[in-house]
Amino acid sequence: MQKHLKVSAIKDGTVIDHIPTKALFKVIKILNLENCSQMVTFGNNLDSKAMGTKAIIKIANRYFADEELNKIALVAPHAKLNIIRNYEVIEKKVVEIPKEIKGIVRCFNPKCISNGEQVTTRFEILSVKPIAMKCYYCEKITNENEMMFF
Amino acid sequence: MQAKSLISITDFTKGEYLKIMHLAEDFEANPNQKLLQGKVIATLFFEPSTRTRLSFETAINRLGGKIIGFSDSSSSSVSKGETLHDTIRMVSNYADMIIMRHPLEGSARYAAEISNVPVINAGDGANQHPSQTLLDMYSILKTQGRLDNINLFLVGDLKYGRTVHSLIMALLQFENPIFNFIAPPELALPNEYKIHLTEKGIRYFEHAEFTDIINAADIIYMTRVQKERFIDPVEYEKVKNIYILRNEMLRNTKSTMKILHPLPRINEIHTDVDSNPKAYYFTQAKNGVFTRMAIIAHLLNLK
Repeated sequence: MQKHLKVSAIKDGTVIDHIPTKALFKVIKILNLENCSQMVTFGNNLDSKAMGTKAIIKIANRYFADEELNKIALVAPHAKLNIIRNYEVIEKKVVEIPKEIKGIVRCFNPKCISNGEQVTTRFEILSVKPIAMKCYYCEKITNENEMMFF
Repeated sequence: MQAKSLISITDFTKGEYLKIMHLAEDFEANPNQKLLQGKVIATLFFEPSTRTRLSFETAINRLGGKIIGFSDSSSSSVSKGETLHDTIRMVSNYADMIIMRHPLEGSARYAAEISNVPVINAGDGANQHPSQTLLDMYSILKTQGRLDNINLFLVGDLKYGRTVHSLIMALLQFENPIFNFIAPPELALPNEYKIHLTEKGIRYFEHAEFTDIINAADIIYMTRVQKERFIDPVEYEKVKNIYILRNEMLRNTKSTMKILHPLPRINEIHTDVDSNPKAYYFTQAKNGVFTRMAIIAHLLNLK
């Protein structure tokens, strides 16, 4: 029996699978897909054996640098990447939380200069599970449950 | 290339701490050295400060430098809505060094990124005030003859007190410190510091009582419970009078023990302590001038 795809296949490009349903639009924003001129298709609340429900994004004719993809690890730590060429998966990747995060997340400290002036936020990742990150500017630690995205 | 700045106490190595101590000693013995002749130093105080500003300005004057700046942001173009970014870009074209106090945390690190001259952080909100820590260290070294094996009692506001946090981090560079923390539970030292001490295998003790346990101290570091750090004034009223040091409590303390306080004092050290030779806080403030001369000379490679 032929498998029916909920989100249609792409010939060439990148498939980002196993995105938590709540993180779909954050991933779209982090990868700046709002301004992507290529075909972007996505599905949300899809059945997943591992996650219950999940989201998936397929971006035609776009390949990302690891550095760029790793930015989504903050919101989708278990995301799986499939690199597609001519309908075949030629490479599989997982994301890793980088040591330093620039932009993406706000500092939780309302008295931080990054919340007072137009400053690109910068954090050093202190721990991955749960996420804890130290602001380069005010030196305060933002924890996973305090993370706010731009 | 970015100029060498002093933003956090951890920006300096142990070698640099020792160099600053050595230079401070030299400036104390010989305070009028015109190393800053022909140089302009900007003191930008976006929020008011008496001691820190006057002490920096005294240091600059003693070194023969000229001062530009403001002591209150209402007399600067900040009141017209100028960003910190633009103020720093402009001033770093005028001056050879910027000394800055600002209410927002991280503002000094940001200023150092923008500036092409060295920046000294003279306080960024509740975050860092490294020149205070260096003068505290100089006061400990002068009175105890060492920075290793110091039994330090920190009293009062250990939660918000930035000088406390920085002094702990600095003393961790030296051998075998012992920390005793005396604070009400509402103002206890944040967990991140305790975890750090445990990881480093450093001995520390927490006490809620302010009693004869202080007899073991080499240094008692008193702090003010700062009203402006409280969101709820009722919380402030509850804790403000709890930890007051009185002369009678000093009877059995070590003869070499000294009491430090970053000042201003409100009521946490009773005035009857002032005449006790163990009271060191006013001399400590004087040490600030020599220490700040040392920091300026070090960052500008004048010594």
